[in-house]
Amino acid sequence: MKRPTPGKRDAKESRPPERADQALVTLDNVVFSRGERRILNGLTLHAERGRITAIMGGSGSGKTTILNLIGGRIRPDAGRVVVDGLSVPDLDTDDLYALRKRMALLFQTGALFTDLTVFENVAFPIREHTRLPEDLLRTVVLMKLETVGLRGARDLVPSELSGGMARRVALARAIALEPMIIMYDEPFTGLDPISKGVIAKLIQELNQTLGITSIVVSHDVVETCMISDYAYIVGEGRIIGEGTPKELQRSSSAHVRQFMEGLPDGPVPYQHPASDYLKDLLEERSE
Amino acid sequence: MNAIQQLGAGVLNSVERLGRATLFLYDVAAGSGPLFRRFFLVVQQIYAVGVLTLLIIMVSGLFVGMVLGLQGYNTLVRFGAEESLGLLVALSLVRELGPVVTALLFAGRAGSALTAEIGLMKATEQLAGMEMMAVNPITRVIAPRFAGGIIAMPLLAALFSAVGVLGGHIVGVGLLGVDAGAFWSQMQSGVDFRDDIVNGVIKSVAFGVTVTWIAVFEGYDAVPTSEGVATATNRTVVYSSLAVLGIDFILTALTLGEV
Ligand SMILES: Nc1ncnc2c1ncn2[C@@H]1O[C@H](COP(=O)(O)OP(=O)(O)OP(=O)(O)O)[C@@H](O)[C@H]1O
Ligand SMILES: [Mg+2]
Repeated sequence: MKRPTPGKRDAKESRPPERADQALVTLDNVVFSRGERRILNGLTLHAERGRITAIMGGSGSGKTTILNLIGGRIRPDAGRVVVDGLSVPDLDTDDLYALRKRMALLFQTGALFTDLTVFENVAFPIREHTRLPEDLLRTVVLMKLETVGLRGARDLVPSELSGGMARRVALARAIALEPMIIMYDEPFTGLDPISKGVIAKLIQELNQTLGITSIVVSHDVVETCMISDYAYIVGEGRIIGEGTPKELQRSSSAHVRQFMEGLPDGPVPYQHPASDYLKDLLEERSE
Repeated sequence: MNAIQQLGAGVLNSVERLGRATLFLYDVAAGSGPLFRRFFLVVQQIYAVGVLTLLIIMVSGLFVGMVLGLQGYNTLVRFGAEESLGLLVALSLVRELGPVVTALLFAGRAGSALTAEIGLMKATEQLAGMEMMAVNPITRVIAPRFAGGIIAMPLLAALFSAVGVLGGHIVGVGLLGVDAGAFWSQMQSGVDFRDDIVNGVIKSVAFGVTVTWIAVFEGYDAVPTSEGVATATNRTVVYSSLAVLGIDFILTALTLGEV
């Protein structure tokens, strides 16, 4: 499969200070806790306008949490979350909803409406937010479905779709209102290599043809590096590595190497914080 | 000590949930405005509730009416007052059994389905997805279901009573030989519009609000897992049945006290 190499843009050698100026989304020193647990601890990242930014990290490292912060579903305990110049945690409901009309979040699970057909799922945001006449609406929906190659599946209901198809329908729904930014939560998990390639190509096409700023959250290093312009690696609530995919692959940092090469244990602990293993087992026995 | 602690925690938890349910009710009421422009959303829900409950309500109404006919005749005939059978059946149904039994059936059939539906939408992130599409799930999902339940409930109770009277007629007039003219005329002159019908309607509206409120709240508040949804569904049936019976007592005491 032929894909433009990310190296093309390497020439620009973007560095953090410039990146901050170009940023459509900025997280600055964000701290977030669930109960006692610190999930994010001083995390800073930028997603440049019109680019594909990847956020990689192990399971439970807080990637979905980052997307929820950007979408305004949760508020940080400290730090700034800025999208297109607006401080997300400070928006009131109306302004937040206005901002959300311009951004789309593709859920890990797809989150299609199970009682609506594929067609109606894609039509849903258009019906809710515009007064398009029915024939025009039909055209728009079919165009979106064509983009993801599922025009023929319009009358199916979500339970009749495969995982990969469901994700493409969700993608069609996400672009229905032509957002300025799309966030993809684990777009590749649970898909066969071909479907992964299809989704990767779609993400890239949407980014290039519509100029949609994209944030891809994933732990699929290969696919993600293939399509992204800049990548962050999250661990222990912080960014533990960043750079263009090329730079990351060349990186000598132990953190980065561990993740990029998929080593089971290293500086990033594989374990959820827990008490001593041996002690835990012995305690059980003595009861 | 532990028992006391548990009791305290239980009470705190209940009070907190009641508070949340009240705030939720406020949100739903506040989010209901746009429904007037998009009334078809409510009609869809009334239709859904109707499909679920119509048959069970009619069958139950018929049998309850027939039983009332049998039991009523048996008692009345001892006083030679079997002509009043129609009145007795109608009053029992309109004032009491219609609203109460309908509400109980409604809770078990439509209420539980509502909770499960909303809970599953939450568990599968459909509600969150809606929020991210800048669509308020309270306005789009909860409010139409709430309004639909409230509108459907009195209609169903009326239907229950009507079918019940028919059942009483079948048994009383058809089987036991009560005079048909007396059956109807006694009913006509004895049932008062304000005291009986309006009271029955008030009851069924109150039950409709209670049951639907509990159902949508439990669904919206459910722990977003399959187990959480099952628990919530269970709760809807138990809580709303208890609430219906309790409120029935209060409303009956109030209306009878006034007479
Ligand atoms: N609703 C919640 N309540 C409590 N803790 C939560 C909740 N959601 C997430 N967490 C915790 O926050 C941490 C980060 O979760 P998050 O979903 O952001 O991880 P992730 O990086 O997206 O993982 P994955 O790759 O598995 O999706 C997890 O350790 C999890 O235990
Ligand atoms: Mg996640």
